[in-house]
Amino acid sequence: MHDLQPITALGAAEPRVDTVGTLSCHEVTTLALASVAARLGQEAACGKKLRAFLGTDAPGPAKAVLSQLYSAVWMGPEQWMIGGDDAAGELLADIVKSKLGTTASVTEQSDAWCCFDLSGQGIVPVMELLCNINIRAMQSGDAQRTSIHHLGCFVVCGDPGGFVRILGPRASAGSLHHAIVTAMKSAL
Amino acid sequence: MIINHPLLGPRDSAEFVYLGDAELIDRPDPETASPEDWYEYGYLRDNPAGLHRELWWHEGGDRSWLVVTRNTMTHEITSVEIARDVARKMGRSS
Repeated sequence: MHDLQPITALGAAEPRVDTVGTLSCHEVTTLALASVAARLGQEAACGKKLRAFLGTDAPGPAKAVLSQLYSAVWMGPEQWMIGGDDAAGELLADIVKSKLGTTASVTEQSDAWCCFDLSGQGIVPVMELLCNINIRAMQSGDAQRTSIHHLGCFVVCGDPGGFVRILGPRASAGSLHHAIVTAMKSAL
Repeated sequence: MIINHPLLGPRDSAEFVYLGDAELIDRPDPETASPEDWYEYGYLRDNPAGLHRELWWHEGGDRSWLVVTRNTMTHEITSVEIARDVARKMGRSS
């Protein structure tokens, strides 16, 4: 039998934490992801089933649903990224698919993304160095896709003054982490 | 240059990739098209000094395709539509 050790997106055994001043960047390893795309002609039915699954309406453009058992981020017209925690794990896509049936195409995404949480004071100047979204105008529950360090990333605002989640391509986790920490050191 | 995305609001043009004439949406039907139709679709473009409808891709954003009406002399953008909606109005997709 193989005896394999799981590693994080940055290649270590434990998630990385970097702190500059009072702002911390946490590598998140407990997030499961699955993408949902409503099928042609099934948009309304898919929306209804998503509503039952999430406990609230699926988020509209540039919005996210947070603080539920499952989170959701709007990706494009009739497309969402569903997030779950460790409990859902590798099974998240199967769980979502079982709820949405033939109204949507569901794809496992956990292994495609890395996740960094910024928490503390000084998020605004750091994000302004990283990308060109209007971070000052973002409210809790806003989510934007943008380019950070030439990488297509999602920025989800949990608390405009204190918590932002960044999802980026896992294959470039090292580059994204480098960009975030460099911006933290420059701005703070 | 700022492109006013129909869903996401004003966004910097640096987030977008330019493809070209929006006529590309209207691909000939492979079942019935003649070689002349393909020649026209593949190679012939108007080059107007003035309003031009063109395709832009929001690569650094929500990855949507947009039909942008831009004045090639002033760069003024007068209309931005989701390309999917434009295609459906033309009877393509459903």
